Amino acid sequence: MLQQVVNGLTLGSSYALIALGYTMVYGVLRLINFAHGEIYMVGAFIGLMTSQTAGLPFAAAMVVAMAGAALVGVVVEKIAYRPLRKAPRLAVLISAIGMSIFLRNLALALMGPQTRAFPIPFEVKRLNLGRLRINSFDVLILLTSVGLMIALHFLVQKTKIGKAMRAAAEDKETASLMGISVNRVIAFTFAIGSALAAAAGVLIGMNFNAVDPSMGMMPGLKGFTAAVLGGVGSIPGAMLGGILLGMAEVMGIALLKSEWRDAIAFGILALVLLVKPSGILGRNLQEKV
Amino acid sequence: MMISPYYYQLLVIASINVIMALSLNLVTGCAGQLSLGHAAFMGIGAYTAGILTSVYGLSFAVALIAGGAMAALFGLLVGLPTLRLKGDYLAIATLGFGEIIRVSILNMKVTGGPFGLRGISKQTNLTIAAIAAVLVYWTMTRLMNSRFGRALTAIREDEVAAVAMGIDVTRHKVLAFVISAAWAGIAGGLFAHWFRYLHPSSFAFSASVEILSMVVLGGMGSLEGPVIGAAVLTYAPELLRGVSDFVSQHRMMFYGALLVVMMLVRPQGLVGTGLNGLRVSKFRRSRGLEQSGIDMVRRRFASAMKRAQRKGSPSPCVVNEQLADLAVRSGAGSSGTGVAGGGGEEHAGS
Repeated sequence: MLQQVVNGLTLGSSYALIALGYTMVYGVLRLINFAHGEIYMVGAFIGLMTSQTAGLPFAAAMVVAMAGAALVGVVVEKIAYRPLRKAPRLAVLISAIGMSIFLRNLALALMGPQTRAFPIPFEVKRLNLGRLRINSFDVLILLTSVGLMIALHFLVQKTKIGKAMRAAAEDKETASLMGISVNRVIAFTFAIGSALAAAAGVLIGMNFNAVDPSMGMMPGLKGFTAAVLGGVGSIPGAMLGGILLGMAEVMGIALLKSEWRDAIAFGILALVLLVKPSGILGRNLQEKV
Repeated sequence: MMISPYYYQLLVIASINVIMALSLNLVTGCAGQLSLGHAAFMGIGAYTAGILTSVYGLSFAVALIAGGAMAALFGLLVGLPTLRLKGDYLAIATLGFGEIIRVSILNMKVTGGPFGLRGISKQTNLTIAAIAAVLVYWTMTRLMNSRFGRALTAIREDEVAAVAMGIDVTRHKVLAFVISAAWAGIAGGLFAHWFRYLHPSSFAFSASVEILSMVVLGGMGSLEGPVIGAAVLTYAPELLRGVSDFVSQHRMMFYGALLVVMMLVRPQGLVGTGLNGLRVSKFRRSRGLEQSGIDMVRRRFASAMKRAQRKGSPSPCVVNEQLADLAVRSGAGSSGTGVAGGGGEEHAGS
């Protein structure tokens, strides 16, 4: 049982990292970044390339992956989202989906469809505490995710750019009147969200020892589910949603069969959307005239 | 008339794609509800019709209609819960349901699962496919000029205003979804009896995206648009096959790029008329970012006044307090609520 909790926590914290990107972008743009799962995939590939080809140590590969994905995120925003800032939602949505499909198939064209192994750049240690088994991956994933979340919290709550992000999320027009460059804030938000997704991509790619062009789709959907579960737009909600989803999935697999793994996540998504679309910590978003 | 078998096949596929594009256009183009699982309805129709003729020996016509009916039933089952959702949520929900349907087909015995369904007789020909496409087109023209069609347009342009005009939004959306699913199911039946072999992968997410690309390329919400889009995107890959292997192998990449480029350059599609289909209503535009700062301050002031009056003390002192509060709130993020924004805040005071 305790083992399941540990598994759920590691899985959940990686979902939380993905969910944060969705939620931050939603906070400022009221838009779900469909290409987010693909950014996660791009991050995993950059991490793989830097640690395998360039032979950089793990921490450096992680930083490069995060920086690279942040750059991709900003470019995606600039091309597919920014010109449509005042366009109807349907146009933005279609553009976002187009971007997601483009990135996935671009990776397919460049990298080929095969799944690549992620060489582990450090020695995996196992720790046995009675019946509880923890390995270096669990520790690494947990520590990295928690570290990044604390850093994010600090960034959003204590820095000037974080303040600008919160202001833009609250009210874009007022924020721009107060001298905040809303476009820059949005680009920054995409960069941060993409970097977090890349971190999750590297961690999960390494944990499952598999990186491939279509790896972004399921975690993308699950990160989205986590964001919705916690309340889209709320940063603590994304963290909570991620952990809860990870737990539910691990428990579900323990009780049912592993084929139901993806159905559990999707069942939760359907349930939350139908019963309480604002999520656990989200504010009720009502359309006003 | 003599046509080579190659072009004959292309024309049959084009007719099926025209039905699919028109069908998606009803939901996405006319009613403005983005569905990303449309190929799944085609799959339901294809498998239903295919199983009925090959296993139960029913006639082609009955099987086609049954396929459409089955797809419509699933359209109702999927549409009832999901169409209460909006925009991005609806897109994700339909994507998910589409995948669930595909995975179910993959895991069922009667469908042949991962081995596919074999032994369907070849009963579709160009005449039948073309007649079906023309019928759907004709129905679409009738629908769009009806009260129902105008209600869908109203929903697309401004849902809140549509409600205010007394339109039962959910009912109209679900009905559009069901009709659209039925057409997709019939297209599926034609597809099954042309290729004689069905596999779940033909009805995956990427197939839904292909159909969406046709609608977007031609012009969402227009009548001819989806027809032209379907024709172009049926023929283009064949044309490009001779030019470059790379292009035909990575078709989806170009579809993705196409969706983005169309939205940036020509959101109304190739033949869409003017801004029809994706109109920002004047009302909405007027509260966009371009309004002047003084307008906004005036608006905020009025709302502060109103709030003060609601509290039952219209004294200037309270109003000032409200204004002070306002100044703090609109200041560069002095409220500690995190990035979480209030959805209505953009329109506060309107």
